[in-house]
Amino acid sequence: MKRDTKKQPGFTKRALLIGTAQAAIFGAIGTRLYKLQVDEHSKYQLLAQHNSISERLTAPERGLITDRFGVVLAGNQQHWRALFMAAQAPDPASVLDNFAKLVPLDDDERARIAADISGRPGYIPVLLKDYLEWPEMAALEVNTPNLPGVIVEVGTSRVYPFGDGFAHPVGYVARPDQAEAKANNVLALPGMRVGRSGAEAANDDVLRGSPGYVQTETNVHGEVVRQVAHDNGIPGQTVALSLDTGLQNLAVQALGTQAGAAVVLDALTGEILAMASNPGFDPGLFDKGIPADVWKGWMADPMHPLQNKAIAGLFAPGSTFKPTVALAALKYGSLTPEKILTCTGSLQLGDHVFWCDNHIAHGSINVTTALQVSCDVFFYQVALGVGVDRIAEMAHTLGIGVDLQLDIPHAAPGSVPTIAWAAARGVHWAPGNTVVQGIGQGYTQVTPMALATMIARVATGIEVGPHMARRIDGNLQDGSDVGDWPALDVDDRHLAVIRQALFEVVNTPSGTAYASRLDLPNVQMAGKTGTAQVHDNTAAEKQKNFNDATMPWADRPNGLFVAFAPYAAPRYACAVIVEHGLFGAQVAAPIAKQLMTYALTNDPAGRDTPLTTKVSDAGMPL
Amino acid sequence: MSGSTLSLHRPFKDRSFGLVRKFLRINWLFVMCVCALAGIGYVALYSAAGGSTTPFANSQLIRFCTALIMMLAIAMVDIRIIAKAAWPSYVLGIVLLVVVMKFGHTGLGAKRWMSVGGVEIQPSELMKLFLVLALAAYFHKASHERIGNVFFLLPAVAAIALPVGLILKEPNLGTAVITAAIGATVMLGAGVRWWKFAIVIAVIAIAAPVLYHHLHDYQRARIITFLNPGSDPLGAGYNIIQSKIALGSGGFSGQGFLHGTQNQLNFLPEKQTDFVFTIIAEEFGFIGSIATLALLFMIVVIALYTAMRSENQFGRLVALGIATNFFLYCFVNLSMVMGLIPVGGVPLPLISYGGSALTAVMLGFGVLMSVHVHRDAEFAVDEF
Repeated sequence: MKRDTKKQPGFTKRALLIGTAQAAIFGAIGTRLYKLQVDEHSKYQLLAQHNSISERLTAPERGLITDRFGVVLAGNQQHWRALFMAAQAPDPASVLDNFAKLVPLDDDERARIAADISGRPGYIPVLLKDYLEWPEMAALEVNTPNLPGVIVEVGTSRVYPFGDGFAHPVGYVARPDQAEAKANNVLALPGMRVGRSGAEAANDDVLRGSPGYVQTETNVHGEVVRQVAHDNGIPGQTVALSLDTGLQNLAVQALGTQAGAAVVLDALTGEILAMASNPGFDPGLFDKGIPADVWKGWMADPMHPLQNKAIAGLFAPGSTFKPTVALAALKYGSLTPEKILTCTGSLQLGDHVFWCDNHIAHGSINVTTALQVSCDVFFYQVALGVGVDRIAEMAHTLGIGVDLQLDIPHAAPGSVPTIAWAAARGVHWAPGNTVVQGIGQGYTQVTPMALATMIARVATGIEVGPHMARRIDGNLQDGSDVGDWPALDVDDRHLAVIRQALFEVVNTPSGTAYASRLDLPNVQMAGKTGTAQVHDNTAAEKQKNFNDATMPWADRPNGLFVAFAPYAAPRYACAVIVEHGLFGAQVAAPIAKQLMTYALTNDPAGRDTPLTTKVSDAGMPL
Repeated sequence: MSGSTLSLHRPFKDRSFGLVRKFLRINWLFVMCVCALAGIGYVALYSAAGGSTTPFANSQLIRFCTALIMMLAIAMVDIRIIAKAAWPSYVLGIVLLVVVMKFGHTGLGAKRWMSVGGVEIQPSELMKLFLVLALAAYFHKASHERIGNVFFLLPAVAAIALPVGLILKEPNLGTAVITAAIGATVMLGAGVRWWKFAIVIAVIAIAAPVLYHHLHDYQRARIITFLNPGSDPLGAGYNIIQSKIALGSGGFSGQGFLHGTQNQLNFLPEKQTDFVFTIIAEEFGFIGSIATLALLFMIVVIALYTAMRSENQFGRLVALGIATNFFLYCFVNLSMVMGLIPVGGVPLPLISYGGSALTAVMLGFGVLMSVHVHRDAEFAVDEF
């Protein structure tokens, strides 16, 4: 009995069996470890990164807009803002409450933030508050532990150093709306702006750039431990416009408090050197938010400050349309340069009398004199002779009433009536309609940009198209070089006749714009005045010949002037309209003179050929 | 074993067995493995604190050193004294379990802890060792024939059932199952027939659905989230998911010391205790985790070797029980960390932060070493 314990049968066997089972289990654990750690490593590695690395996109800096000389017209200014990565906060609602204690949020803002949080992917931060004040910044920094997921960072806002006067060509940006943000995640990024008008809108894709990202490592509480990686993205490209800031400023100043527009083109390339539309507006307000009273003021303003009248304002061209009518008639032979027509001060057509300006009888004159003195009766007859459809055809050739393919959004093409056009609108086209067509009244609607294009084409014989983007990221754009445009489909001899006549308008004492001839030596301007009534005048108004400053402002005629210079070697073209300014010769031509003087003195187009080509008073090269 | 050879093989009756000789007879390879695991634990706890010796690593080191001295001291206690203390310790364990149920602290929804003189102890941990001792003592004197007798086995089954029931009441499902498994293993080692185990297992299998009905909600939740960890990623299943991510992201060679993102960024709560293995696996990769696994297995192997090497039944069964206890610790903890079984507060012995499990395990290792030191002792039943 004493020793029987020693030989316990089977203990060793059983112990070995137990040991083997345990070894097998250890082996299974080891195998499982191998599967987890080696075979499935990449899967879990990803999960671990997803756990700890949070990525957020950052808005790229918007590209600059400059004038042709590099003067910044739209830039970026830095400010502080607070963003929120809701995914990093264990309890986003309480974080927002904590935030609101430090930086007040109104109900609208809270609603927007809640909508943004629920509607956006986790890597897109949500804007809590823009334009943080210093005390707010400090309060947020101190309370960082209570604000997991809140990021205070430098953002940029759009600034426009030249303000109102450049608002129309440069345009403005605004925050993307909800639909845009939904369609394109990048636009949901705080700080992203969308160009809404002008060059900002036209070049939005190149100005916008590509977003960067910041990868941060966050712990289980959402606190940022460190920045892992970042990429600044690709900033937007610089867009250099063809504008000359000096000329644009001058155009804005010259229009002053009057409503109107002024366009200066490089006549050989169609580059827009100035495009003023008065009144302007503060483009920066669209970025920050427009106060309600300002918005109401804009809406109520009879001068329509938000409309870019240079490209979207539709006006009767008045007498500035006469060169077009003349060219149409010359083309179809109903008029020759030598043909004499008689003006008795009025034209009787049926029972309707069409008066000449001021009821003056100009006598028997040719087309040159008719343009020089702006005889209406002469052009009544020319219009009747050539017909409305052919006038429209020539107008289209010259850039009037067609889509000019402007690289600026919201442009209106205007319209020049034809028989078919009228028929489509249920207008019975009577000969009287054709008569007023001869002096640019009636159904013809043009933009100042179209008039500038017309005069540039007449001046150069080149089918230039107006455009504003000159260089993108330093690369000269198509159409910005002389020679990029084809010849105009108009007989050079006819153009020469018209140019000669327009020369006389400005440079002969009997010309309607003689008062606005240039004071520069050795260089002359050619042009055409226009005074366009804005509605069918009543009989009483006709008695007054609608020239009365006692009429209500909105009833007064628009003053227009189109011009090119130098006469002998055209380089600049210009169109000016002063709304309800009465006579074009008195209100528009002086502005054109200032603009041309500036352009010819400073020569923003900067070509090698000399500008000074003196011609005789008769318009003959010396 | 002939008495003519060296003193190593002298009969146990020779009580002049000097302390120095006993000390030298300790299995120093085993002690080295234990120290190596504690070293790994130190590194892991240093990392768990974000690269700091406080609050975990140094205090755990002090605990380990204390426990190591205790282990070495117990190793030199006469095995017969331990055998005589078996039943009294069992009674003490039961008393402690009752006391902790009445007066213990509640932690994580269960009453498991009590404080004795400022030291936190978990009686269920001690109970496992005491049960092994009691069962070993009970079967030590049993002949082959008696073991075949079902009525002889009933007191042993009762001795297992009592503490298991008390631990279940705490409630601590994991430890209860482990305790029962250890008791069963000791009985198996004692020579109880296989078919009797088969019957018990069959009964449990039938009773399991009924038992499930009586489980606490959190215990059921554990089982459910184990079955489908994705169902509740931030609740109970969260630990399993994060733990697996930590293991898997470690890869073959690891993220590097102090560079495990799961660990350093606190994606696992209380990682220094039950989930300490994830730190090793994440920062030292498969190499680190398999090396740790190998060391743990070495402990089990040496303990089983000690069991087979012992000349007395008490020593064999004690060593077997202690080996099984340690094995089950490792198995349950590692399986839990890998998401193989439901989460249950079972630490990884020698590595996890905490004193209670460490003390209990080292106490067991002290007894194991005593078995080893006195491996040649043959003592009869009447010598008890």
